[in-house]
Amino acid sequence: MANTLFINNKECEYTNEPNLLEVIRNNGFNVPTFCYRPDLTQYGACRMCVVEIEGRGLQSSCTMPPEPGLKIHTNTERTRRVRKIVLELLLANHDRECTTCNKSGNCELQKYAQEYGIEDIRFAGKKPQDFLPIDNLNPSIVRDPNKCILCGACVRACSEFQGHSVLGFANRGSKTVVQPFAGRTLGSVDCVFCGQCQAVCPTGALTIKSDIERVWGLINDKDKKVAVQMAPSVRVALGEEFGLNPGENVIGKLNAALRQLGFDLIFDTNFAADLTIMEEANEFIERLNKGENLPLFTSCCPAWVRYLETHHPELLNHLSTCKSPEGMLSPVIKELVPKYYEGYDKENLYVVSIMPCTAKKAEAIRSQLMKDGRFETDVVLTTQEIAKMIKSAGINLAKIKPEKNDSPFGQYTGAGTIFGASGGVAEAAVRTAYELVTKETLTNLDFKPLRGVDKTHRTKEAIVDIKGTKIKVRVVSTLKEAEKSLRELIEGKADYQLLEVMACPGGCINGGGQPRSCDDSKIKELRAEGLYKEDIELPLRKSHENPDIQKLYNEFLEKPNSHKAHELLHTTYSDMFKNSYKDFSNK
Amino acid sequence: MSTDTSCAINYKKVDDIIASIGAKKQNLIAILQKVQEEFRFLPQEAIAYIGTKIDGLSPAEVYGVATFYAQFSLEPKGKYEIKCCDGTACHVRGSMPVYTYLTQRFNLEEGKFTSKDGLFSVETVSCLGACGLAPVVVINGKVYPQMTTDAIKIVIDTLVAKEQEG
Repeated sequence: MANTLFINNKECEYTNEPNLLEVIRNNGFNVPTFCYRPDLTQYGACRMCVVEIEGRGLQSSCTMPPEPGLKIHTNTERTRRVRKIVLELLLANHDRECTTCNKSGNCELQKYAQEYGIEDIRFAGKKPQDFLPIDNLNPSIVRDPNKCILCGACVRACSEFQGHSVLGFANRGSKTVVQPFAGRTLGSVDCVFCGQCQAVCPTGALTIKSDIERVWGLINDKDKKVAVQMAPSVRVALGEEFGLNPGENVIGKLNAALRQLGFDLIFDTNFAADLTIMEEANEFIERLNKGENLPLFTSCCPAWVRYLETHHPELLNHLSTCKSPEGMLSPVIKELVPKYYEGYDKENLYVVSIMPCTAKKAEAIRSQLMKDGRFETDVVLTTQEIAKMIKSAGINLAKIKPEKNDSPFGQYTGAGTIFGASGGVAEAAVRTAYELVTKETLTNLDFKPLRGVDKTHRTKEAIVDIKGTKIKVRVVSTLKEAEKSLRELIEGKADYQLLEVMACPGGCINGGGQPRSCDDSKIKELRAEGLYKEDIELPLRKSHENPDIQKLYNEFLEKPNSHKAHELLHTTYSDMFKNSYKDFSNK
Repeated sequence: MSTDTSCAINYKKVDDIIASIGAKKQNLIAILQKVQEEFRFLPQEAIAYIGTKIDGLSPAEVYGVATFYAQFSLEPKGKYEIKCCDGTACHVRGSMPVYTYLTQRFNLEEGKFTSKDGLFSVETVSCLGACGLAPVVVINGKVYPQMTTDAIKIVIDTLVAKEQEG
């Protein structure tokens, strides 16, 4: 049943919107916000979304539920005055070095200051000598407290998505700051670098640490050859930075743009996703047969791996020993490209990966992912960073003619592509495991219960019947949900055999390195749709049918979980709780 | 940003306090009060420890609570805890000169409130409910009424002399 109320004298319908703000936005109007994020709890801190309601004065629209018959005005002299004062006060205490700020052009404070015509700041605020130090000591995230407006979005994201509140408010009144425990650096506490805090940050207070210059350095060095790979979810999000619709698959255009940028070989992490399934499905079947280390946890998500290592090292035996797809492809490229391509050798070949993820930057420098004194993946770029590179090279992704990638690590199946959405890894694994065990052809490839990326789909389950053996597959996104599943396991109540975990809500399509989308929770659904659409359109939809994968095993790796496969494709984990600031046992 | 107040603490004592009050989120303030009573301040280790021991809390969140309330101190307090009232009545009758005298006498830098020898700590409080005696100073629970810079000098001199005698 639709109710009606009046916005700016227009009769407007609403149904189940949780607050006035959503009603206003759904009816073609907008009010500015800093602290409001549809996927987080409402907070009402920034007061930018105030509206005038007849008979009730000024109200913050994000915290007020809609009522029939309300007469709302979103743009009055009073609301404009309030918003301008809020902006002036925030800017007075802000480090206003916009031109050199990583968030410039993408910053909500900058945007609204422009829109509201703030040209002069009347209040004396913080001076440069009062500025606090910037934390850029970790590989993923830069925290600049002098650009924080205390909207608390990051604090809520860390608590409500990941459940371990690395960031919190400290002190009181004008001295309030958002910081990790006791003002430490993010790298010295138990942060997993998922980057959701910076994904919801309206200003430059939390940003992605840029590795763009390092990549230009590699590309411009004539003695170096640079191979590049990109994750499944990048292709359905990158277009947004160039005015295309969320979910539009731009993989061909991306290939073309990367070649223009000067990358020598263009491969696809989707190929490695197929490879991961070969290894992981076989590992799962082996564990099922032996009845050991079940449930099996997927290991694709580096934030999840770090979470287990820092919070539950006692459960690391459940974690698949498979590297993430990206982690598998890099050493395979370095090992095999010199065999296929002339002029390439282990010394001059570098691998850059384009990921939706900030945690990947931290994963890349794990000591376990080193070979011959070098990291297997040399540089990790996020989707946002590659968009900047493409723009700065003067390439219009929207118009560039699509191109194919390079062989032999470019071909992929539908199973590989759906890795980018929460549930995709489990679905891909089940498709292969079913056929490997039963030797029969699986006809219905769509495991609908494992799909869905919105707020209501953070824990999903499906029961798969593999010739009489019933397997319960559980898929969770966000570490808060993962923790619930882990507690079941610790208490001996776990009834699932396979647990897929993605730390970002909805999976990689909503990763911390993706184009910003925190204002619209529909965007991640469109991106997921883009992936499932490609899955259906591809001629092959099961990882083990990928001919290049079969070739790789025949010519080089022998068979899944072989000695050679273990050397290149599997890894080890370490108990990181022991040295963490939370370990009090030996003190 | 961070002040170094780390020291080795007895976690057993913190454990006992948590157990006696109940390891629940809603008991946090009571737990912090007891821990502060035990150590005379809140050591960083204790704050982090409480954050890991109580479900639904993290060290950063406990730190937030500990730094929000004026009753909690993250710095060790002095042997003599001086509370200088700066409520409205005390303020208009001259509490600030008394407070300034104390900070200067103990060479307290901005943001510090304990003297280097650890004997005295000075803080302002917002109203001790003894407005008739304004301005009021309380030292370890003892009330000193109608203070002036001369009067507080005598009080402190007496305490210092007592300490020197041992």
